[in-house]
Amino acid sequence: MIDTGIGSPAAIFGILLSAITVSALLIWVERKLLAVWQDRIGPNRVGPFGLLQVAADMIKMFFKEDWIPPFADKPVFVLAPVIVFATMLSGFAVIPFAPDVGVVDLNFGLLYFLALSSLSVYSMILAGYASNNKYAILGGLRAAAQTISYEVFMGISVMGVVMLSGSFNLRQIVEAQRDGWFIAPQFLGFCVFLVAAIAESRRAPLDLPEAEQELVAGFHTEYSGMKFGMFFVGEYLGVTLSSALIVTLFFGGWLGPWLPPLLWFCLKTGICIAFFILVRGSLPRPRYDQLMAFGWKILLPAALFNLLATGAIALTVARI
Amino acid sequence: MEMILFTIASAVAVFATLMTIVGRNVVHSLLYLILSLLAASVLFFLLGAHFAAVLEVIIYAGAIMVIFVFALMLMNQGQKTIEQENRWLTPGMWLGPALLALILLAEVLVMIAGGHAPAGQTVDSRQVGVALFGPYLLAVELASMLLLAGLVGAYHLGKPMLDRNRQRRQP
Repeated sequence: MIDTGIGSPAAIFGILLSAITVSALLIWVERKLLAVWQDRIGPNRVGPFGLLQVAADMIKMFFKEDWIPPFADKPVFVLAPVIVFATMLSGFAVIPFAPDVGVVDLNFGLLYFLALSSLSVYSMILAGYASNNKYAILGGLRAAAQTISYEVFMGISVMGVVMLSGSFNLRQIVEAQRDGWFIAPQFLGFCVFLVAAIAESRRAPLDLPEAEQELVAGFHTEYSGMKFGMFFVGEYLGVTLSSALIVTLFFGGWLGPWLPPLLWFCLKTGICIAFFILVRGSLPRPRYDQLMAFGWKILLPAALFNLLATGAIALTVARI
Repeated sequence: MEMILFTIASAVAVFATLMTIVGRNVVHSLLYLILSLLAASVLFFLLGAHFAAVLEVIIYAGAIMVIFVFALMLMNQGQKTIEQENRWLTPGMWLGPALLALILLAEVLVMIAGGHAPAGQTVDSRQVGVALFGPYLLAVELASMLLLAGLVGAYHLGKPMLDRNRQRRQP
C-alpha cells in the first residue's frame, strides 16, 4: 500500500505529473473547444479526435533549433522561462484537491499563492529585458504594469473570503463553505478576482504583453524551441492554477454530494478552465490604456467596496 | 535541522547581497538583491514569523523590486554603466562598510555565545493584526499618512503630462 496522505512522495509526484499533463493536454482542449464554439472541426488529423496533436506539438518544439540570440543577456535569457514554470508548479503545493490529497497544509496558503503569482511576473520582465529587442521590451513593460496593477485587486478581492472563513488556510476556507459556497455572498469579489486572474495569466482578451497584432509575440519574441515551450506550458499551468484557486475560494472546493471529493474538485476545475477558454474565444482585446483605466477606476473601487461591505456585515450580523 | 537550514539561508543572503554590491551589470545586481530578499523571507519563516515571510515576498520581492527592474530596464545604458561602475568601485571604499559590518558581526557573535538568541515562536496573522491595530495604531496611521503624501505627490508630478495629453486630444 502506497502512502497517499498529504505531503507523501506519492501525492507530490502524482500532483506534479497530473498538473503538467493537464496543462499539456489543454493545448488540444483549447483548440478543440474554440473550434466547437466557432462552428469548425478543429484538430482532427493526428490520432483519434486529433488527440495526438499534443504529442505532435511537443515533438515539433523539441526538434526546433534552440538558439540564444548573440545580442541577448545570456544567463537572464535562460533564467526567465524557468521562473514562470517553477513558480506556477510550486503554486500547486497549497491547492487542496481533496480532504486527504495535497502537498502541504500551509496556514498561509492563500498568501503563498499571491506571493508566487507576484514572483512569476519576473519571468516576463526579464525575458523582455534579456531579449534586447524593442518588441520584447515593450511586452515586458506592459507585463510589469499590468501584473502589478491587477495583483492589487486580486489581493483585495479575496479578503472578503478570508473574513467570512476567518483563515488564510485554503483547507479551512473550503470547510467554511459547507453551508453555502462563497460565490453567493462574495459575488462582487468573485467578479474582480476572475478578471484579475485572467490578467495575471495573460490570457486573451487581456494578453497585451504578447499581443500578436502589435508586438510580434511580445516578451517571448526571441524565444524558440523548448524555452518557448516553457512559456507556452507555463501559461496553461497558470490557467489551471487560477481555475483550481477560483474553485477553492468561491465554489466550495471538493464539497459536493454523491461523487468522491477529488472528482468534484476536478470537475469544477474543468468547467472553470472551459470558461477561461470561452472568454478567450468571445471577447475582443481592449486597448492598453483602457485596460489600466478599467483596473484602477472600476475594479479597485469595487474590490474596496466589497471589502468594506463584507466587513460591516460580518461585524453587525454574523458577529464573527 | 533548523540550524542547518538557517545557516544555509543566511549564507545565501550574505552571498547574494555581496554580489549585489560587487556586480557590474545593474540588472544582474538587482536579481541578486531579489535573491537576498527571498533568503531573508526564508529566515523569517524559520523564526516562526510566517506572515512576515510571505509579506516580504509579496511586497518587497514581488512589487517594489519589480518597479526597480522596470525603471532600470528603461534607463539601461549597457556598456557605459559597466565602465562607470568600474571607476566607482575602487579598493579603498570597502573600508567603511566593512568596519560597520564587522561591528554587527561582533554583536551577533556575542548574542549567540551568550545564549541571548531569541527563541522562535509561530506568529499567526490574527496576532499581527491585533498588534498593529492595538498598541501600534499610531504607527499605522502615520505610515498611512506618509503613503497618502506619496500618492498626492505622484499625482502632482504626473498632472502636467495628463493635461498635455488632454489638450492634444482636443483639436
